[in-house]
Amino acid sequence: MAARSDLPQGTLDLLILKVVALGPVHGYAIAQRLQQVSRDVVQVPQGSLYPALHRLENRGVLTSEWNETETGREAKFYRLTRKGWAQLETEAASWRRLSEAIGLILRMSEGGAE
Amino acid sequence: MNWWNRLSHRKQMDEQLEKELSFHIEEHSSDLIAQGYDPDEARRRARLDLGGPEQVKEECRDQRGTRWFDDLLQDFRYALRMLRKNPGFATVALITLALGTGATTVMFTVVNGVLLKPLSYPDPERLVALHGKVEQFGEPWGFSYPDFLDYQSEGQAVGPMAAWTYGGGTISEAAKAEYVEGRQVSSELFSVLGVPLVRGRAFLRDEDRRGAAPVAIISYSLWQRVYGGRPETIGRSITLDGKSYTIVGIAPANFQLDGEADVFTPIGQNIERRMQNRRACFIHVLARLAPGLTLTQVQTELSLIATRMAKEYPDADADRGIVTHPLQQDLVGDTRPTLLLLLGAVSVVLLIACVNVASLLLARAVSRERELALRVALGASRGRLIRQCLTESGVLGLAGGVLGILLAVAGLRPFLAKWPGGLPRAEDVQLDWRVLLFALGISLLCGFLFGLAPALRAPSDQLEQSLRGGMHTVAGSSRRLHSGFVIAEIGLAVVVLVSAGMLGRTVLRLAALNPGVRVENVLTAQMALSPAALKDPVKTRAAWQDVQDRARSVPGVQSVALADIVPMRVGENSLTYWATPAQPPPDQTPVALASTVTPDYLNVMGIPLRHGRFFNDDDRIGHPLVVVVDEVLAQHAFGREDAVGKPLWIPAISNDPVQIVGVVGHVRHWGLAGDDRSRVRDQIYYPFAQVPDSLLHLFSSFMKITVYTNVPPLNLVKSLEQKLRGVGNDQVLYEVRTMEQLVSDSLSTQRFLLLLFGVFAGLALLLACIGIYGVLAYLTTQRFPEIGVRMALGASARNVMWLVLRQSLVMIFVGVGVGTIAALAAGRVLERLVEGMQKIELSSFAVMIPVLVIAAVSASFVPARRASRLDPMSTLRQE
Repeated sequence: MAARSDLPQGTLDLLILKVVALGPVHGYAIAQRLQQVSRDVVQVPQGSLYPALHRLENRGVLTSEWNETETGREAKFYRLTRKGWAQLETEAASWRRLSEAIGLILRMSEGGAE
Repeated sequence: MNWWNRLSHRKQMDEQLEKELSFHIEEHSSDLIAQGYDPDEARRRARLDLGGPEQVKEECRDQRGTRWFDDLLQDFRYALRMLRKNPGFATVALITLALGTGATTVMFTVVNGVLLKPLSYPDPERLVALHGKVEQFGEPWGFSYPDFLDYQSEGQAVGPMAAWTYGGGTISEAAKAEYVEGRQVSSELFSVLGVPLVRGRAFLRDEDRRGAAPVAIISYSLWQRVYGGRPETIGRSITLDGKSYTIVGIAPANFQLDGEADVFTPIGQNIERRMQNRRACFIHVLARLAPGLTLTQVQTELSLIATRMAKEYPDADADRGIVTHPLQQDLVGDTRPTLLLLLGAVSVVLLIACVNVASLLLARAVSRERELALRVALGASRGRLIRQCLTESGVLGLAGGVLGILLAVAGLRPFLAKWPGGLPRAEDVQLDWRVLLFALGISLLCGFLFGLAPALRAPSDQLEQSLRGGMHTVAGSSRRLHSGFVIAEIGLAVVVLVSAGMLGRTVLRLAALNPGVRVENVLTAQMALSPAALKDPVKTRAAWQDVQDRARSVPGVQSVALADIVPMRVGENSLTYWATPAQPPPDQTPVALASTVTPDYLNVMGIPLRHGRFFNDDDRIGHPLVVVVDEVLAQHAFGREDAVGKPLWIPAISNDPVQIVGVVGHVRHWGLAGDDRSRVRDQIYYPFAQVPDSLLHLFSSFMKITVYTNVPPLNLVKSLEQKLRGVGNDQVLYEVRTMEQLVSDSLSTQRFLLLLFGVFAGLALLLACIGIYGVLAYLTTQRFPEIGVRMALGASARNVMWLVLRQSLVMIFVGVGVGTIAALAAGRVLERLVEGMQKIELSSFAVMIPVLVIAAVSASFVPARRASRLDPMSTLRQE
């Protein structure tokens, strides 16, 4: 089994938004997808997934609908609102900036002054 | 979804949450089964991965932000259940609170209506009352009409001013002649007050002068009563004292100018001599301040005018200042201290009620310690427990408050009816949203106050100890808190009891004072002569003689006299006088109460003649002017010398000195309570027969008839009324009072306060006893195991009783000590606010405190006895 990492603080919301952005999706699928895409590196704490979903929904970032799955069962599908798209964009941008900056700092200590 | 939707769809949302999570678990477990797990194991793992569905559900619910409301609802239901489980406790607590908040709400309603609510005129804060002020006269004084006109024209910067004075007379529009109250008003009055007339118009400036066509405005009620509310009443005429006036307007319903009046006439049309006299100060003045002016600026402006007037008319205005009050303050007058005093007293009772309920709740909280500890052990936070306790006491407080409001609604009108002498602005006293807000506010505050102590005891640590110890330990802090409650209750009760005691002593002492006049079998009444008789002085004198003769002919009447003022504040007329040829400087000129009477006055009123003679039929116009003085004046003016035969200078009666022919006893004119403190105590009597012709018409409107009877005086009212109607059947007797009523009315404020304080004191005593009983019963129950051990070791019943009583005696005596200090302070307040109040004396304490101590000790006897009859074996076995 590959080494698992805990999620850095505040990133769960961003990951959820990104997954939901790909199309209406239910809670279990979100958990699955996060795990698969991150090649099992990201351990999604399932216990905090649902509270996070409900929080985002209450904030108006997500909206939900009850629909049938391919297997014909009823499930709650989440979708981004306009506000959600905006939030995804700003949060993704700020994450990219931050990780780039952190990468730069890490490279500096490896390669010395350029 | 907004907060409100989330709140109202809680149930639906919970179902959906349940469905969402079970979907997750099923999907996950079917995936696991596909991977080769056996179904039960797959299900278990799926649940485990999710982290326990119930916890997740709780966390999801927390995200909704409606959590606190759910808790509140839950606590609320729990509180109701607890109350229902303890009906005895609930009843005592609710009754206590209902009485406390009910009484406080009634008092606040009155304070709100009388003191807080603005007057019902537009921009009421700009309305002021102006008074002349002369140092020696003490109380604020009116204006003379010429002075008013000068102030009005010179003080235009201040704002428009209006004048009014009393009037009234006999109208003959109705089936029989009827006396109606009237007011003479200047043309600006209605516009200054901002009161629109219902119909017609106000007086014109042109009508407000001598010789203008006579016009009148009538009250709404007279319009309805006599004219049937017909619109064509405008333009018709009304006959007042034989003179015909054209009705030009109808005043709005309930319009008041120091009480209601039925007929308004222009003051400028009054042709009496006093209208030109700068010394005759009988005019009331109102003003509406110009925008932007403060009361201080107005005061300065008016003082400047007063200084100018003093220079111009040194005879009349030399030492006359001017004071300005907001009109509201002026209307409320001396009701303010009484109201605040009662509000204070009622708050003390409310406080006792709160402390009482707090100690009951605390006792319950201590016995519920185990339950609370269990809740903490199950994961409740301290904050959550405090919230629960406060919700419980809040529910209690609110329920008590609602009951209190109901009590207030029922009790308000009867209370107002009991108010001595009628409450000013009584029509403004209503339960409105402000009162409701206040009542709900104080009941919530009370709930909070008495819930706080038990709430803060919510356990935080030493859980194990509480769980194990359960009922049988009383922490030291709780015992101290309990004692603190009892001490506070007893202290507050001492304050109310001592205040009631002081009032009681005051009323007793005042009622025992000699009023200086006969109290029994004297009837006084205002008398309106026939309008025809007022046409000329000769007829007027004859009419007054006729009135006296007719009254004397009524069986049961012993003697009859006329007087312009009657003891106990019925009218007043203060005059300056001096006893040496040289006039003293204005600020040292003595002032006396002067009344004009007929020779039989002394017999009717039973005033003792000390020296010399009283008037006889020879003291009339054309004979030397004479006066009779009272012993107080004689003492002031002549000391030990004999006053009889001495001259007295009284400019209002004559420029030459008048002769004193007799000295009579002092009459407590300003009421039994007020006379000692009054600034005008000297009294002068002068014969009605020597009132000059020019003043006769005016004096006739003041004259009262006084009758001494040998049967109960009220029995004669009917026959006197009949007899005095006169030849023209148009003379009216009104404002009939017995001397007994007048004397007792002069103490009505004190009696009323005594009654209320007596009720409050009884309540305080009762509540304090319930409190001390409850606390002691509880504390003793907690000590049963200890007492059991003591008894098993040989303590006697007497020892045990003493053990319990000692505890209560310490609380009682500390409470009495604290209360005594507070009562001394409260006594000072009473002395300042209540007329004729006795100084605080030891006896007030000496009587009231034993009452309290005895009551409190008896309340503690019950639990003490119960403890002493304990069976040691059974208590020990319970341990």
